[in-house]
Amino acid sequence: MEEQPAIRLALKAITKSFGPTQALSGVNLSVKAGSSHALIGENGAGKSTLMKVISGAHQPDSGEMILDGKLFQPKHPVDARRAGVAMIYQELNLVSDLDAIENITLGAEPTNQCLLDVKKRKSMALTALEKLHYDSMPLGIPVAHLTIAQKQIIEIARALIHNPKVLILDEPTSSLTRVDSEKLFRTLKELKSQGVSIIYISHFLEECQEVCDDFTVLRDGATVDQGMMSDRSLGQIMTAMVGRDISDIYPHPPDSLGPEILSVSGLKGHKKPNDVSFTIRKGEIFGIAGLVGAGRTETLRSLFGLDPKISGDIVLNDRKIDNVSPSASLSNGLGLVSEDRKDEGLLLEQSLADNLTMTRFKPVSRWGLISSRLQNKQTLHWMEKLQVKANHPGQSISQLSGGNQQKIAIGRILYHGADILLLDEPTRGIDVGSKAQIYQLICELAREGKSVIFVSSYLPELLGVCHTIGVMNRGVLAEIRPGNEWDEHSLIEAAIKSIPQKA
Amino acid sequence: MSKSSFKINMLKFVNILGPMIGLAVVIIIFMMFELPREKVLTSGGGWKNIFIQTSVIAVGAMGMTLIIASGGIDLSAGSIIAVSSVLGAKLATMGHSSFVVIAGVLATGTLLGLINGAIIVRFKMVPFIVTLGMMGIARGLAKWAGNSQAVNIGSDMPSRGLVDGFMGVENIKEFFPLPPGVWGTLLLAVLMTVVLTRTVFGRHLFAIGSNEETARLCGIKVGLNKVMIYTIGGFFFGLAGLMMLSRLGQGDPSTAVGKELEIIAAVVIGGASLSGGSGSIPGAMIGVLIMGVLAQCTQIVGWPSYFQEIIIGIIIILAVGVDKWRHKQFSI
Repeated sequence: MEEQPAIRLALKAITKSFGPTQALSGVNLSVKAGSSHALIGENGAGKSTLMKVISGAHQPDSGEMILDGKLFQPKHPVDARRAGVAMIYQELNLVSDLDAIENITLGAEPTNQCLLDVKKRKSMALTALEKLHYDSMPLGIPVAHLTIAQKQIIEIARALIHNPKVLILDEPTSSLTRVDSEKLFRTLKELKSQGVSIIYISHFLEECQEVCDDFTVLRDGATVDQGMMSDRSLGQIMTAMVGRDISDIYPHPPDSLGPEILSVSGLKGHKKPNDVSFTIRKGEIFGIAGLVGAGRTETLRSLFGLDPKISGDIVLNDRKIDNVSPSASLSNGLGLVSEDRKDEGLLLEQSLADNLTMTRFKPVSRWGLISSRLQNKQTLHWMEKLQVKANHPGQSISQLSGGNQQKIAIGRILYHGADILLLDEPTRGIDVGSKAQIYQLICELAREGKSVIFVSSYLPELLGVCHTIGVMNRGVLAEIRPGNEWDEHSLIEAAIKSIPQKA
Repeated sequence: MSKSSFKINMLKFVNILGPMIGLAVVIIIFMMFELPREKVLTSGGGWKNIFIQTSVIAVGAMGMTLIIASGGIDLSAGSIIAVSSVLGAKLATMGHSSFVVIAGVLATGTLLGLINGAIIVRFKMVPFIVTLGMMGIARGLAKWAGNSQAVNIGSDMPSRGLVDGFMGVENIKEFFPLPPGVWGTLLLAVLMTVVLTRTVFGRHLFAIGSNEETARLCGIKVGLNKVMIYTIGGFFFGLAGLMMLSRLGQGDPSTAVGKELEIIAAVVIGGASLSGGSGSIPGAMIGVLIMGVLAQCTQIVGWPSYFQEIIIGIIIILAVGVDKWRHKQFSI
C-alpha cells in the first residue's frame, strides 16, 4: 500500500440545472481509495442530485468525473454499476416477497445452460454476506419478515455482488437503532479495509465523525468546505453548512396574536409521534423543524385524523375533540396540505376546478347539481387571489408547475374555509419565486386570523416566517421557543442531539 | 384564455368523439355490405332490434362505468345477471305478481353487489379477486335455483305481462314504438350521466378512482363510497337480469356467460381507463352500440361469428391506443 492513498473518484466543477433551478453549481469532490468520505449539507443543498449524477441517474451539464484515472461518464445507473459505483438509497429497494439470497443476486443470477444455477446463486450470496461478516442472516424466508437492519445488510450485500469500488450510502441509519447502526459502522470499516471507497451521507454529524475520514460540505449546490474530518469541530462544519444570510424574501408575520385556538397534549400515534404537546393562538404561525423521519408528517396526519391517534388530547376552541377523522377535521376548520403533492395532495388527471372544489361542492351547486360554470367562477376567484398561473379552470392540474399546483392545494383548504392550516413541506420542489409567494400568502392568512402549522426541513424559511418553532426529534416535539430565540445552529443541534429515551 | 378555453371544450367533445367516429366507421362499412332484402342499418326496425338486443349490455355498462371509474372492476356482472333472472323466473312460476318479480330480481343484484363492496372494503381485498369469487358463487347459485335448467314462465302466470310488455316487440318494421325497457335504458343513461358529472357522489367517485389517498385526505369517506358504488353496480346488473328475463321469457342459469367481458369492453371502448379516474356514460353507451351493430350486422351479412370476435378485439385495442394518442395531442 502506498503512503498517500490514490484518488479513487474525483469530481471537478460539476454543474446541473433543472429548468430554471440550478441544483449544482460547481461541485468538487475527491474520494480516496479505501477511505470513507462524508457528504454533508442541509436538505436541498444538492446532495441527492450529486449522488444521482455519480450513480448515473442524471448527467451533469458540465464538469467532469474521473474514476481511477479514467473519464467516468455513466449514461445510466447500469453503466455506473458496471464501472464499480454502487448506490444504496434511503428507501430500501428490496423485493419483499423474495428471500435474502434471491434479493442479493437479483438481476445477476448465475445460469447453467439456461437454467438458474441455484447452488452457485447461494454461494454468491453467502460470499457477499461473509464479506460483511454477517452470518446470522435468516435465509429462505421472504425479506418482508426481516428487520430493517437485516434488509439494509441485504441491500449492501447486493451492491457487493458487483465488486464495487465506490459505495454510496444515503442516510443509512435514519431508521436503524443505535445497536444496528454500530453494526453497520463495523461493516463499513471492514469494507474500507478491503479497499472500497465509501461516500456516506447523513444528517447526523456525530456519525460522520465516527465513520468518516474526510468530508465535503455542500451548500446551494456548490462545495463550500472540504478536508479531514479530524481537522474540524462539529461547530465549524455546522457553520459551513448554514453560513448564509436570511434574505428579505421572508415577509413579516403579524405582531399581534389572538386567543388560544388549538392545544395538543401528549399526542401519540402508532409508531410516531411519541409525544407531542403544543398550543397555538389565532393568527400564529407555528413552525415544526426536525430531520426527515423525526415524525413531523405523522404528527400532522394524526392531528388531522389520517393516522389513528393512540392517546393524547386535542382541544380546539375550548372543545375537546375525541373522534378525529379527516371529514370531521375539515368541518372543525382544519385543513391539511400533504408533503406528497403527486401521490396524496392532488388528483393529477382531474381539472383545477375539481381539485379546488372537491371537499365542498355545495357553493358550486344549484338544485343539488354541480354546475361547472359556478365551479369555474370559484376557481378563477382563487386563481386570482393566489396568483396561480394557468390557462383555464378546466385544465388538467398535471400541466401546471409545482408551485402553481401547490397553490391550488392550499387554495382547496382555503376554499373549504379552514381556520387552522397544516402545511407539510409546502415549498418542497418549487422555484424560489413561488416560494416567496407562498411565504407572503402564509403571512397574509395569519393576518386574517388564520393559524398555520408549518412543517419544513428548510430552516431559513421557518426562521423567516414563524412566530414559534418547535423541533421534533425521534417522534418527540422536544423544544419549543419563540422564533427569534432560535438560529440555524440551535435548530440543527436540537434536531440531531440524542435525547434520553423515555421508558 | 379564449383559445385554451376552446381547447378545453374540444377536449371534452373529443372524449366522446373518438368512440363516435368508431361507431360511424362501423356503420358506414356495414351499410356498404348491406343486402337489399335484409335491411338493418337503413331501416327503423333494424335499429329497434339493435336497441333491444343491446339494452342488457347497456344497463350493465352503466353499473360497470361507475365501478371502473372508481378504480375497480366487477367480474361477477354476467353471473349476477344470470342468478337474478333465474330467481325472477322462479318467483314468476310460483305465481307472484309482476311487482314481486321485479323487486326480487333487483334485490338479488343489489344484495350481491353490496356483498362484493362490503368484502372489498372491509377486508381490503382486490376487487378483481372478490368479484372473481362472486362470479363463481353467483353462477353456482343460479344453477342451483334453476336446477341447472332454464325456468320457463308459463303463459298463465300473473307476471306474464311483465315478460311480454317490458321488452316485447310490436311492429318489427318500424322504429317506434320502442318497448318500455329500451325507453327505460335511455332514461337511465341520461340520469346516470347527470349523477356522474353533476353530483357530489359522482365527483367523489372520480376522485377515488383518480387517487384514493387524496380522496381520503379531502375527507371523502372512501370505504362508504366504494360500498355504494358496488351496490349500485349490482343493482344495474340485476336490472340487466330483469331485461334478460323479459326478453327470453325464461330464466336461464347458463345465460350471460362472458357478458362481464363484453360489458367491460364496451366501457373501455367508451373511453374509461382501467386504472380509474376516467370514463363516461355516453362513451360507454356508444361502446355498447358499436358492439351491438357489429353483432347484428355480421350475422345478417353472413360473416361467421368468429369475424365478429376478431373485429371487437381489434376495436378494443384500437380504442385504447387512440385514447392514449389523443391525450398526448390535446395536452395544453
